[in-house]
Amino acid sequence: MPFKPFFTALVKYVNSLSETVAISAQRMKPARFSYHAPRSVGEAVALLAEFAPHDGRVLAGGQSLVPTMAFRMAQPAHLIDINEIAELATLQVVNETLKIGACVRHNAFDSDDVPGVTGALLRNVVGNIAHYPIRTRGTFCGSVANADPASEWCCVMAALDGVAVLQSGRGTRRVAAAEFYRGIMTTSLEDDELLVCCELPMLAAGTRTGFIEFSRRKGDFAITMALVAYRIENGKIVEPRVAIGGAEAHARRMPSAEAVLANATPGNVSFVKAAEAAAAACDPIEDLNNTADYRRGLVRTLVERALEAAA
Amino acid sequence: MSERRDITLNINGTDYTATVEPRRTLVDVIRDDCGQTGTHIGCEHGVCGACTVLIDDEPMRSCLMFAVQADGRRIRTVEGLAEGEKLHPMQEAFMQHHALQCGFCTPGFLMLAIGVLEKKPNLSDEEIVDVLSSNLCRCTGYENIIKAVRAAAAVMRA
Repeated sequence: MPFKPFFTALVKYVNSLSETVAISAQRMKPARFSYHAPRSVGEAVALLAEFAPHDGRVLAGGQSLVPTMAFRMAQPAHLIDINEIAELATLQVVNETLKIGACVRHNAFDSDDVPGVTGALLRNVVGNIAHYPIRTRGTFCGSVANADPASEWCCVMAALDGVAVLQSGRGTRRVAAAEFYRGIMTTSLEDDELLVCCELPMLAAGTRTGFIEFSRRKGDFAITMALVAYRIENGKIVEPRVAIGGAEAHARRMPSAEAVLANATPGNVSFVKAAEAAAAACDPIEDLNNTADYRRGLVRTLVERALEAAA
Repeated sequence: MSERRDITLNINGTDYTATVEPRRTLVDVIRDDCGQTGTHIGCEHGVCGACTVLIDDEPMRSCLMFAVQADGRRIRTVEGLAEGEKLHPMQEAFMQHHALQCGFCTPGFLMLAIGVLEKKPNLSDEEIVDVLSSNLCRCTGYENIIKAVRAAAAVMRA
């Protein structure tokens, strides 16, 4: 074997190794971007109109976007940071509607700030979202815009028929949750639109709610979750809401399960029937660890448990 | 594209000025530009919690924020816990209860626990476990960290 070609090959191989090392050492650092920090919604929307066509993106809490940038799965050329826009940090109840500004952090719901049944439900749900130091930074609206199938807030929006308020240079439009989600991490939000606010109804006093999710480790993305709400009048269930998240491409209400519950007597019989209806109607996603059947089983179990928790 | 910005980070009461690219994470700037290397970098994608610092008294992952976003904010790191020779009650408790072995995760755990207890001094045992599930430790098995935080919580309340 001639020595020189072998040596050349060896040098090439060693070089390729060091290249690999160099690349992996850099990989956790985000790629370059231009940074914009508008002070008003008007300014933010103008920047989006200008930079969205040039790979510009909105940065809110960054608890999903920054990790994907660290892995360089996302390499936006421009980031429009909305954290300095004071008007987006407001959380208020107006005419029985809870208005959640785009910069309201998850942990805002870990308090008595939101009154009534809706406030109690959000307090119950928020502890399931990631971990404490993520909840101090991540935002409700950011989760909704990101539309991860396993997002708890997306499930809340679907269950309560929340409304996403989208603003762009072309105007403002209001999109109901049922029309907002289009698929896995896909929404009807246009590139130049900013999700400025999410609206949730203040549920009537006496409404019972239940939320339960399953994940293998505390703080992980849920494999499946169920959220239910209903009232009882004259011993019968009225205005039932059953929503599932994590199981399908996006969270949604399950009309067949709700139909079982409407005007039924609350209890094991109706709860099991409703859970079975939800399981039969769902179209589960699959991943490496969880088959569609497994998720379908979780839907049945979790819907039943959520209904029991609400009772 | 290599725009740089002048920022001021207030770390443990001292202002540090730095000129940084927007893509630099807060933890990198705290360590490399401000020289405060007590805050550690683990996973760099928000999972391990080694880089947890207090920003305006809230525990946050400093790998999931850009340094430009912390301009003018008040940051507390492990270097600011002791007063002279006197350790913070949480540091004392970590020593007493053998809540660290290699020590890599410790600054993150200290800032996490202190940040939460300053807001919620009366955490139940269950809530302490829930909070501590935020960060990863590969040595202790967590039991001694839980004991230390429980003990420090009592001292901090007193």
